[in-house]
Amino acid sequence: MSSNPPPRWKRLTLWLLLIPYAGLLWVPFYNLREPALFGIPFFYWYQLAWVPVTAALTWLAYRSVRDED
Amino acid sequence: MKTDPAALAVFLFFFILITVMGFAAARWRRPKTLARLDEWGLGGRRFGTWITWFLVGGDFYTAYTVIAVPALVYAVGAYGFFALPYTILVYPFVFAVMPRLWQVAKEKDYVTAADVVHGRYGSRALELAVAVTGVIATMPYIALQLIGIAAVVKALGLSGELPLIVAFAVLAVFTYSSGLRAPALIAFVKDIMIYIVVIAAVVLIPSKLGGYGAVFAAADQAFRAKGAGGILLGPSQHVAYATLALGSALAAFMYPHTLTGILASQSGNTIRKNAVLLPAYTLLLGLIALLGYMGHAAHLKIASPTDVVPALFQSLFPGWFAGFAFAAIGIGALVPAAVMSIGAANLFTRNVWKAYVDPGMDPAREAKVAKITSLVVKFGALLVIVFLPTQFALDLQLLGGVWILQTLPALVFGLFSGWFRAPALLAGWLAGFALGTTLAWINGLKPLHALVLGHASVTLYIGLLALAANILAATIANLIWRPARSPA
Repeated sequence: MSSNPPPRWKRLTLWLLLIPYAGLLWVPFYNLREPALFGIPFFYWYQLAWVPVTAALTWLAYRSVRDED
Repeated sequence: MKTDPAALAVFLFFFILITVMGFAAARWRRPKTLARLDEWGLGGRRFGTWITWFLVGGDFYTAYTVIAVPALVYAVGAYGFFALPYTILVYPFVFAVMPRLWQVAKEKDYVTAADVVHGRYGSRALELAVAVTGVIATMPYIALQLIGIAAVVKALGLSGELPLIVAFAVLAVFTYSSGLRAPALIAFVKDIMIYIVVIAAVVLIPSKLGGYGAVFAAADQAFRAKGAGGILLGPSQHVAYATLALGSALAAFMYPHTLTGILASQSGNTIRKNAVLLPAYTLLLGLIALLGYMGHAAHLKIASPTDVVPALFQSLFPGWFAGFAFAAIGIGALVPAAVMSIGAANLFTRNVWKAYVDPGMDPAREAKVAKITSLVVKFGALLVIVFLPTQFALDLQLLGGVWILQTLPALVFGLFSGWFRAPALLAGWLAGFALGTTLAWINGLKPLHALVLGHASVTLYIGLLALAANILAATIANLIWRPARSPA
């Protein structure tokens, strides 16, 4: 797609996109009641916390490829 | 239920507002002509970051979501929360795949997924498989939006089918005249309203019910009393939860309506930026899901879990705000229903009508056929809701998710690799489609199948199982029937 491929280290940031899959698909890791936060069991706030984390990781990946097209 | 005049007045005000906006949308960012399929059906491919954010947000997080996700959480607990990891994991996938799809579509003037597949493989059969899957997966989805409208109409105390028919007639006419510009413009209003409603709900309702700790305790107690469900997953639900989340995430942007939002954006970077920004809606969805537990804490007496959100708003908010919330949900149904009918109409026009009936049609004729098809599609969905049991649409929508996921290899693999060939992908699609349908059928139209491996048994999402069979069949077919290659 691009005539000037970004440097190799920039490509590596795309691997960040796999982290949310690891964090959310291994269910036994977070299927827990404690530690609760403001009365919300771990199971719920852990998954909610992945929303901003995933957005941040995607943003890092975006910074490295946005000049491609 | 009793009619609250304040609620009804607020509801009608917003409904009339968006009707006017729907018709005015034809003038918004007015093109030289609307008589082209990419103008009517893709808004001229000129939607920037914010319009795309509102449009895809309004289109992907549907009214049905606002009703059905809390209903499922209310009924079964933690398992219903899979919508959250699903709508998180969808975005890294969108980021990696969709800009490339957009690029191909833009360069070659493609309007649908099946266009892309035909352009890549030159196979009319594979194109037809993708197009037909898209249309039949979308029809019940439109019907579900009607169920969303029906739920709020009922909560407003109106009876009969007439309000539903009026709402849909309005929707049909403004989609016909304005195309994708109508839902894009209305999505601004709808999304802002939904944000207001949900933020008010998640701040005010727990304070009325004694805080989040009390809400979870009440839900926990209700599940214990019932002896089923729970605020944590049972051991046998782990794999089901993860595979449902992953399978749904992969399927989500194979649907014609979500792809329409993607293809209508103005650049690959618009899509990438949206993969960063759209999770804001996911946060909202997570909070909406918790409304299900608030239903337990409020000790609602409801006939069906789908009444939990309307009943919660009615019992805890003043009439005018309940009316505002119902308007948000009702309008929230019209935006996706419009985009779905446009996506299905684009598919029918390009990949069935143009491919088989009228290959020589000009752009104006294409737009005309698509406009008429969008009317037919919506009318069909309305008939399904009025004349068939609700459960029929729900079952079909579930099957639709399994089916649409089977188009992923044909659509996505070709963007990154030239290894697979059309006959192999078609064999894979057929294998996945057949296996998925059979498994869903023998499990009583439930999305999960218990796979027995020796003495152990794992329960997992049928769509993902069928996708694995699909990819396996395509790989085997590609290895067996590989023609002699000319020396490179």
